[in-house]
Amino acid sequence: MIEIKDLHKSYFMGKSTLHVLKGINFSVAEGEMVAIMGSSGSGKSTLLNILGMLDVANEGTYNLDGKIIKDLDETKAAVYRNKFLGFVFQSFNLISYKTALENVMLPLYYQKIARKERQKRAQKYLEDVGLGPWATHQPNELSGGQKQRVAIARALVSEPKVLLADEPTGALDTKTSYELMDLLQKINDAGKTLLIVTHELDIANMCKRIVHLRDGIIVEDKKVDQVKASQYVE
Amino acid sequence: MWNRDRWQEMFYTLRKNKLRTTLSGFTVALGIFIFVVLFGFGNGLKNSFEQFFVDDSTNTIWLYPGKTEKPYRGYKAKRRIIFKNDDLTDIKQNFSFFIDYITPRISRGALVKYANESNNYTIRAVAPGHQYAEKTIVTYGRYINTLDVKNKTKYATIGRLVAKDLFGNKPALGKNINVGGISFKVIGVFKDAGGDNEERLIYIPYTTRQQMEKSNDRVDQIMVAFRPELGYAGAMAFEKKLNTFMRNKHNIAPSDRSGIYVRNVAEDFRQTQNIGSVLQYVVLFIGIGTLLAGIIGISNIMVFVVKERTKELGIRKAIGATPKSIVGMILQESVFITAIAGYAGLLAGVGALALIGDSLEAYFITNPYIDTNEAVGATVILVVFGAIAGYIPARRAAKIKPIIALRDE
Repeated sequence: MIEIKDLHKSYFMGKSTLHVLKGINFSVAEGEMVAIMGSSGSGKSTLLNILGMLDVANEGTYNLDGKIIKDLDETKAAVYRNKFLGFVFQSFNLISYKTALENVMLPLYYQKIARKERQKRAQKYLEDVGLGPWATHQPNELSGGQKQRVAIARALVSEPKVLLADEPTGALDTKTSYELMDLLQKINDAGKTLLIVTHELDIANMCKRIVHLRDGIIVEDKKVDQVKASQYVE
Repeated sequence: MWNRDRWQEMFYTLRKNKLRTTLSGFTVALGIFIFVVLFGFGNGLKNSFEQFFVDDSTNTIWLYPGKTEKPYRGYKAKRRIIFKNDDLTDIKQNFSFFIDYITPRISRGALVKYANESNNYTIRAVAPGHQYAEKTIVTYGRYINTLDVKNKTKYATIGRLVAKDLFGNKPALGKNINVGGISFKVIGVFKDAGGDNEERLIYIPYTTRQQMEKSNDRVDQIMVAFRPELGYAGAMAFEKKLNTFMRNKHNIAPSDRSGIYVRNVAEDFRQTQNIGSVLQYVVLFIGIGTLLAGIIGISNIMVFVVKERTKELGIRKAIGATPKSIVGMILQESVFITAIAGYAGLLAGVGALALIGDSLEAYFITNPYIDTNEAVGATVILVVFGAIAGYIPARRAAKIKPIIALRDE
């Protein structure tokens, strides 16, 4: 599904250079649920951003579902993001003046799908994340957990190949975090490939594989016995 | 552009961001409103100015007799020149090709009485052509006519304020007034754009005046109206010929500066037009200035709006918005707002001008108006610049990597 080879990324700030990723080799198969761990500054978010085509690498190759991702112009990157990837951010990033349903509908708008159809599909995904009755609420009327569920529904509505989550539980309390992980595990069980950036071990242990980053290189890559989040959820 | 979905999305965004929408719309509406009102005031100023100078006809040459300074053809200096009726006929005969009409004017002051009311007025003894030279507007009855001049009738056409002074609100027509001891019948009432003084005049036939003054045939001054077709150059040539003719007839040296005075209104008119065109530039300057201020205002608002939306645009890009769709969205919104608000401002401005109407005449603003083409043109310019002002930051926002836009809190 995802295959990257010898990935380098540096940030240039005036005269100084910050070498963030120093040769990453890494691949993800379909249906995997991978946690990318590391302390802050280890390059985990940068890696996720490159995987999400939100940022570009300086060196190395990136292959997403058989497509070489290289030298994309903004238009093409936008189309790829829309078609192949779903994003979940730590700060939810919902559009504040749109209702939950409309936030979920938005990716389909950019696929030029008719309004009725958009509404129907978005409603279904909202119900899948357990927020059917909240469809007409605006983000500021929702709790953090609910907002993140809306964001997940929005990420899934375009039926992407991979779901990328950057610290999805970072802004949530433990209980809500586990509920959210339960949801993500169910999505993974249904066959979706998931990549989750986190620095919390308990969250990482709920994935099937942990990739450990330190100072821009992978120091550990191991399969783990998945801890089911459902046992913590009443 | 005409995709229904895009319009729905736009209306939704505008409705959900009322403050932003109102603010940018208000800026545009205000810009156009101020432009329309100021431009209208400028035009009003021009109107007042023109009114001051259009009181009198612009195709007349005025001849005044004077006192010679130089001896000539055996006549001594310091001789008083007197115009007489034969001057009128001579000019008429010799210059019939050039002349539209000719009229003498004899002005005298007199105490005028009617019933218990009395007042001093200037009485002008004239020929019918005088009506055109002074642009007198007869509101009731008629002006002095040729028959009055021929029969030396004791008829008078009186100014609106004379009628008001003497008759109050009662009709003046047909009544007899006492002018310096002689009874005159009021045959008409007139008004004049030249102001109150011009409406405190009484016109009588010049022949009647001459009869009253011991049947002499003297006239104070002569007004000759040339055909407007002559144009400026033709008028100047005619004036020169007329001057030479009169000097020759009255034995005044060609170089004598004070034997006869000639005033050609055509020359005045030309000066007036020059000042008028300066005013036109002032109006134009005001217009461009306000428009510029409006454009700067819209540009500011647009830059601010796009800046405020950076994060939203980043989110949209992350979930699949292409740069083109981002730019298109912002452009469509800005053009829509500026067009609607501009139109509203235009209507409000035109409405304000109509409401003001002539109420500011005391401040030299008469009938302020704005040409439809100018108003619409200004609105279009503002809309175009609003679009450009929105386009530049929108394009930059569309180019920013979504990750940077999302980081922007």
